[in-house]
Amino acid sequence: MKRRDFIQLAGMGAGAMMLPMDGFTQIVDPSRMLDPLLDASQKKVLADVALNTTKSLGATYTDVRIGRYLNQFVITREKKVQNIVNTESYGVGIRVIANGTWGFAASNNVTTEGMKKTAERAVAIAKANSKFQKEPVKLAATPSYGEVSWKTPQTKNGFEVPVKEKVDLLLAANAKALEKGANFVNSQMFLVNEQKYFASSEGSYIDQDIYRIFPNFAVTMIDRASGQFKNRPAFAAPMGMGYEYMDGKAEDKILLPGGVTTYNKSYDMIEDAGFAAEQAKQMIAAKSVEPGKYDLVLEPSHLWLTIHESVGHPTELDRVLGYEANYAGTSFLTLDKWQTKKFNFGSKQVNFVADKTQVGSLGAVGYDDEGVKCKSWDLIKDGILVNYQAIRDQVGIIGQSESHGCCYSQSWADVQFQRMANVSLQPGKEQLTPAQMIAGVEKGVYIVKDSSFSIDQQRYNFQFGGVLFFEIKNGKIEGMLKDVAYQANSQEFWNSCAQVCDARDYRVPGAFNDGKGQPGQINAVSHGSATARFNGVNVINTARTI
Amino acid sequence: MLILTKEEAQALMKKVLAFSKADECEVNLTGSNAGNVRYARNSVSTSGGISQMSLAVASAFGKKLGIATINELDDASLEKVVRRSEELAQLAPENPEFVSFLGPQKYAEPVTFIPATAAITPKLRADNVAASLKVARDAKAIAAGFLEDNSGFSAMMNSHGLFAYNTTTYTNFSITVRTEDGKGSGYATRGFNDVAKLDTKAATEIAIEKAVKSATAKAIEPGKYTVILEPAAAAVLLENIFFALDARQADEGRSFLSLPGGKTRQGEKLMDERVNIYSDPLNPELPTSTWTNDGRPQEKTTWIEKGVVKNLTFSRYWAEKKGVKGIPSPDAFIMEGGTKSVAELIKGTKKGILVTRLWYIRTVDPQSLLLTGLTRDGTFYIENGEIKYPIKNFRFNESPIIMLNNLEELGKVERTVSVESNTNYLLPPLKIRDFTFSSLSDAV
Repeated sequence: MKRRDFIQLAGMGAGAMMLPMDGFTQIVDPSRMLDPLLDASQKKVLADVALNTTKSLGATYTDVRIGRYLNQFVITREKKVQNIVNTESYGVGIRVIANGTWGFAASNNVTTEGMKKTAERAVAIAKANSKFQKEPVKLAATPSYGEVSWKTPQTKNGFEVPVKEKVDLLLAANAKALEKGANFVNSQMFLVNEQKYFASSEGSYIDQDIYRIFPNFAVTMIDRASGQFKNRPAFAAPMGMGYEYMDGKAEDKILLPGGVTTYNKSYDMIEDAGFAAEQAKQMIAAKSVEPGKYDLVLEPSHLWLTIHESVGHPTELDRVLGYEANYAGTSFLTLDKWQTKKFNFGSKQVNFVADKTQVGSLGAVGYDDEGVKCKSWDLIKDGILVNYQAIRDQVGIIGQSESHGCCYSQSWADVQFQRMANVSLQPGKEQLTPAQMIAGVEKGVYIVKDSSFSIDQQRYNFQFGGVLFFEIKNGKIEGMLKDVAYQANSQEFWNSCAQVCDARDYRVPGAFNDGKGQPGQINAVSHGSATARFNGVNVINTARTI
Repeated sequence: MLILTKEEAQALMKKVLAFSKADECEVNLTGSNAGNVRYARNSVSTSGGISQMSLAVASAFGKKLGIATINELDDASLEKVVRRSEELAQLAPENPEFVSFLGPQKYAEPVTFIPATAAITPKLRADNVAASLKVARDAKAIAAGFLEDNSGFSAMMNSHGLFAYNTTTYTNFSITVRTEDGKGSGYATRGFNDVAKLDTKAATEIAIEKAVKSATAKAIEPGKYTVILEPAAAAVLLENIFFALDARQADEGRSFLSLPGGKTRQGEKLMDERVNIYSDPLNPELPTSTWTNDGRPQEKTTWIEKGVVKNLTFSRYWAEKKGVKGIPSPDAFIMEGGTKSVAELIKGTKKGILVTRLWYIRTVDPQSLLLTGLTRDGTFYIENGEIKYPIKNFRFNESPIIMLNNLEELGKVERTVSVESNTNYLLPPLKIRDFTFSSLSDAV
């Protein structure tokens, strides 16, 4: 993301978090966040003004997105509150097809007059751009849904929880880490609410209310004598949930091999902060890894990022076609490989499903940002590449008639485009726990939680680090390792997948801010999996002295 | 046009401060006009334009701070935003790290605004893109590019009498060209304050040349090689040093600049003595703002001198706590170079690898600043002073600190853009021995 796109808010020291802000994002009072502004019927009246305007100017298709995007950030370190910020961005984005060409315009003037002017601008832009157009845009048909609504299932709206409660929680987590000997702890709570009203010239009027939450911290431990330091992040996942994620229920706590506690559908931040301090100390004292080939046992809090980079991105059709060539890159999963219907992306155990519906996931919505009802579909089946991720103006290219429903825009002011759906590894069919999996490994490394990541522009060669590494010898965990990173080629790696644990071990971590496009836009996406085993992967030692 | 003159900005901000009832009040005002064109597969895919202005008011009561923003500038809105910031301050917990706003400061006159860039029209953007597309199509190559420009102003004023104003313009251009068979790929990037210096056709021709010459690359064994890093490749490694110069992190013991027992490496020779890195907001080739958004002046500063870490960056809070002046982080860095071109560096190389671009750079270990990433868009094997053949891309694992200890030669400085952070720098090409490539990549 560009440094220029950030303003550093006053009152925060250097090295503190920079918050994304554009000229349309306003800092507001938290009480305003509970004020609904307009109801669906008022938004419909405004949307119809835009739809009628574009139609009268010759547009053959129009969609109107009236969006209100709310964010709350609570930021602390040790015993101090560093910042509390509530932001609101409210406006309309209008996209049209005129002369067979897309046009888009946006405005923060959400009035009858504003709708009309913005609609006129969108049509004018489409007509001007049509000079560059080689062939007209073709949209896959989608049903007209009439007036419908969707809301993230939640039992506690995070925006209704007093800010003081969040501050108290973060400071209590910090205190726990400090009590356990941490030198420093930085903690944050991020809440997102997207209130999106979509209307199209095809007769859909879709009102959606979407929530996401992301608690996080970094606990730092320093060995003063040697100068070594280690950071241990929170074992929380960003979720498409309300504040009930912070309940830390006993049934959501999972004891992993190696004596590590992790969390599923709710998170105990205070408890985890204590564990973080203890583990950071062990991370410093751990044995430096001997480089070589190991069987890797990868826990879901780690494996999600490997899935994101090596499966999620290369199956995006716009990358395959070259639309991202100048920035994020292209893809090794070219159309000819898909057309053979036998390109072995992975071993028989490897089944990937893309979806926008999984409850609690970051990608879950009722309808995407071009009014397509969300669904799930196979990407990799029994190891074979069977499909891509595509939207209405793309699916025709791969001979399909129905959009996959994965179109997204980060705000009303940005044009929507294809974004990654949740892409998840399906759990194994045989009963298998992580402990049983480890018992079968002779020489291996068990990795918990993601860290450093890097992959080439066509998604062949990758390198991943992690947070906790345990040495496996003859089926037993022998203690902690450090300085571990593994390198592989995506296709070879997924073909080395020997086992996947069963559904009892399935969890859905994810990324809150995945970047794509120029100018860049962010997207939130989850990647579910159970613990999986990969045989004979190249492990390097990353220790260096300067 | 949303660029307010100095006098207009001053008058508006005085009006805002007149509404204040807080112990201290500070106002930041920014406005800009921006435009961009994106293309791929030899055709324009999206284009956009955005004009915006935003006013941020920070009110403080003791150590309680509240910030509110607005983009309507009528009197009622201005009063409303001041009241809201005051209400938020009253609700906020005390921030022990709050530092009282600065008094009046002296700033050098900035040189960041070029009228020609501020006057860019949609037609000029379209012409620049058309010139790039034409040479790509003529070469039967496939182009994807992004052209953006921005002109704007920023101003700040506070209740202690501080006032600062600046205008700035810039344009950035990047282009990836692939051969039709997908076997070759080339890249070029350019950044300027003055659009007159931007030649999209020439940049695209370089990308085409790299695409054509990099096709049918051979695989060679990973290992330690002498490399020549073009400035665009050097930028994405060196900026990881620039971004990690924070004094607080170093003092706290969690930086590559930390030493055991709470000491830092400031004053220590950490790299080859030919390494000199500084910042200068008035450099005519890379001008930047002469003040920061907390009101501190930006002055010419030496960061690394003859390989010795001379200065670290400070927040105002940390500077106050440590009882030092506390230099802010600059907007751009400059590294001194030599006189040789990349071609001349190649000529003097017996065996080595020319790296034109590096990509997907991530920190592997913040303690040693070990980075990983890959070569991309044109990597070539050099033997006896000549480029022999294109080679397949490599992944590297290397620390820029170790790299700058293995310095062989510095080339001629040029302005370049980091593909990772979009920041512009003045950097030389670097010839480095024993650069660590750890595996091969099939990516083109």
